[in-house]
Amino acid sequence: MYRSKVDGYVGTGLAMVGGVCTLLVLTIALFLLRESWSVVQGVGLRRFLTDSAWNPTEKRFGLAPMLLASVATAIGAIVIAAPLGIGSAIYSRFYAGRQAARIQRAIVTLMAGIPSVVFGLWGLVALVPLINKIMPPGTSLLAAMLVLALMILPTVALTADAALATVPMPLQQGAAALGLSREAMIAHVLVPAARSGIVAGILLSLGRALGETMAVLMVAGNVVQVPTSVFEPVRTLTANVALEMAYAVGDHRASLFVSGLALTLIVAALAVASWRLSEARSHG
Amino acid sequence: MADLIAVLPRRDLVLKAAVHAAALVVALAFAALLWDVIGQGLSRLSWSFLTTEPRSSGRLGGIAPIIISTVLLLLVAITVATPLAIGTAVLLVDFVRTGSLGARIVSMSLDILAGVPSIVFGLFGNAFFAIYLGLGFSILSGGLTLACMALPIMIRSTEIGLRAVPDDWRRGTAALGMTKTSALRHILLPAAAPAIIAGLMLGIGRAAAETAALVFTSGYVDRMPGSLFDSGRSIAVHIYDLTMNVAGGEKSAYAAALVLVGLLVIINAIALALSHHVLRKRITQ
Amino acid sequence: MLIDRRMFFIGAVALSTSTRAQTTDLTGRLVITGSSTVAPLVLEIGKAFEKRHPRVRIDVQTGGSSRGVADARSGLADIGMASRALFDNERDLFGTPIARDGICLVAHKTNAVSDLTDEQVKALFTGKAADWQEVGGKPGRVTIVNKAEGRSTLELFLQHYKLKNSDIKASVVIGDNAQGIKTIVGNPGAIGYVSIGSAEFEVSQGTAIKLVSSGGVVPSSAAVQAGTFPLSRPLTLVTKQAPTGLAAAFIAFARSSDMHPLVKEQFFVPLQS
Repeated sequence: MYRSKVDGYVGTGLAMVGGVCTLLVLTIALFLLRESWSVVQGVGLRRFLTDSAWNPTEKRFGLAPMLLASVATAIGAIVIAAPLGIGSAIYSRFYAGRQAARIQRAIVTLMAGIPSVVFGLWGLVALVPLINKIMPPGTSLLAAMLVLALMILPTVALTADAALATVPMPLQQGAAALGLSREAMIAHVLVPAARSGIVAGILLSLGRALGETMAVLMVAGNVVQVPTSVFEPVRTLTANVALEMAYAVGDHRASLFVSGLALTLIVAALAVASWRLSEARSHG
Repeated sequence: MADLIAVLPRRDLVLKAAVHAAALVVALAFAALLWDVIGQGLSRLSWSFLTTEPRSSGRLGGIAPIIISTVLLLLVAITVATPLAIGTAVLLVDFVRTGSLGARIVSMSLDILAGVPSIVFGLFGNAFFAIYLGLGFSILSGGLTLACMALPIMIRSTEIGLRAVPDDWRRGTAALGMTKTSALRHILLPAAAPAIIAGLMLGIGRAAAETAALVFTSGYVDRMPGSLFDSGRSIAVHIYDLTMNVAGGEKSAYAAALVLVGLLVIINAIALALSHHVLRKRITQ
Repeated sequence: MLIDRRMFFIGAVALSTSTRAQTTDLTGRLVITGSSTVAPLVLEIGKAFEKRHPRVRIDVQTGGSSRGVADARSGLADIGMASRALFDNERDLFGTPIARDGICLVAHKTNAVSDLTDEQVKALFTGKAADWQEVGGKPGRVTIVNKAEGRSTLELFLQHYKLKNSDIKASVVIGDNAQGIKTIVGNPGAIGYVSIGSAEFEVSQGTAIKLVSSGGVVPSSAAVQAGTFPLSRPLTLVTKQAPTGLAAAFIAFARSSDMHPLVKEQFFVPLQS
């Protein structure tokens, strides 16, 4: 194949540009490490998992309850959002008429554009008092799950919709030719065929749920504890950084960077998982 | 066999009902949220709200300097992120083999970057741009932080746009003896332009809604910025401050939220229209 | 003695700048960081100052009191903001009060309790009294609204009731005042503590909260100004050395009686002149 000198130069230039992304990831990791290093060295990482409480000003650094809370809110949100989002995608792809499908898609896309502070504001003013009537204090793990579920719903729905769109036409026609009902076709042919795409979308949403800060801070109650029911308040890692960062100096500030680092590691692990998944899909 | 026939329709009915219920719940949740924001915000919203400075910490007055700061933040982010995004996407599609080590490293970095929580970008931006590079609390620090955040989503959608250009076109340009560079400049990038712009819009949308990454980088100052080195408050930060820190600020918060949602709706509508355009083109070819 | 000398010094600066301002105009930039309680007030004062001296820029960044003190010490900020007096171990710095603020207990409007003894407040916040019945109210679960670690409102509250933060059995932890009030509005069994000025404003707006007096002292802005309310704090501007030049001019301006309407607008209490 013909290759010009110009292409060589451009290729080199582009490789450098592409390197910027990799460099950026490394720089972020480096800076998080640098800023947290003093406390990692002085206190040791183990104490972040084993200390019984989070009182950095009293030299207690237990992050474990917040780690748990982050994971619990994100998983809870997915459990609520996944069926709704996938259902909505199936509706707009296989049930709705042209017009209804367009409206449903427009709604979901608009929802994706609503900033998280607005979800938080709405959750605090409308949702929390409702939960409080069932079981005080209202600001709770449940409130966080519900607000997060609403927030990630569009992501789940849009990715599921896109995944269903990629199911090959012959598969659909074949299923129809077998005389399967529309429901049987959806349940046994189409959704399974789009499965890996849907799961990748769910993992993406899980990452967003783990990373969301402001909306959660407004409704979760922010008490550092291991919850025994969904009605109890919790504090997530992200809320912890946002609540205390402005106030923190010295070891306290460094320990918040450890929160950030822990969060990034979880999300990176998720990214690797979803990458493996799409890798498997492209080979399968 | 008789069992199977008896069972199937009932299960079908359940599935059908569930799917419709899900779609309805999604639509209703959205309607409730929007109703609340419009109902609370509309009374404060007016032309002067958009064109005057905030007074009394935002309880009174408008949000003009905050809109300007938001626009400047987005401009910085776009200016920095666009060339990087297009460059990286071109690299991934046309210059390296898929599955090669380089492609895998860059893809992996992108996936991690896409997942980094915005508050972590805020921590990083504060430590790197504001303190290490000495940019301080400024629109520049905030815009650069947003650029880092929007980069992965912009690269991915540009990549999709470029891959959607049929390979026949690439072979055609090669047959004509065009270099890859001029093929990109004259054929491939123009063909992918709508998708690239749609990707940019998505990135902007994500950046415009951002609060956590900006509190520690572009800061809190709510007056008209004089230069990019000034601190400037974005609309989302303004909403957050009015809700959490200013007694009697809710009405203004809802009005500002309405402005932000309106802005994002416009951005998303443009992105949607452009991506539709791309799809239709693919179908007609 | 030290304080007296300092006040005299500030007064002298105020005099000299007010005469100088008419002849030579001030130029430059002031970076002010710290307490999120003080930030909205200083932001407004800064705007008024910029209007009078068009070649001056005042940059206000929000954070917390400890951050404001640290930034003033490191030189990152020209002036730090703290919503408290300087601690004993911060005596190497200069603090100048610009207004006062009181902290009061706030409960839901429907709560039957409107006066608590100090012992009852302690029992509520440490979880020994978990039902309103135990402090003379209608039966119902108590929700304790506490502030996040590092907030000076929290420090003042703990100091007054001689508690440690780890003793408090919080059901909700909040960041700033308005979030606290919204939380209490949404929860009839809740009790928390916020700035008196914000609470009075919300009551005047018909928000479903009420101020609860503790130990027989009725909380009000007037009591704070008279100095008879125990849970109060000075809003303080902190500088590394005795303020000079632009910083001194700004601090004197912030303390002037011209600024009292702005102070009241932010629901704080002006210093007695």
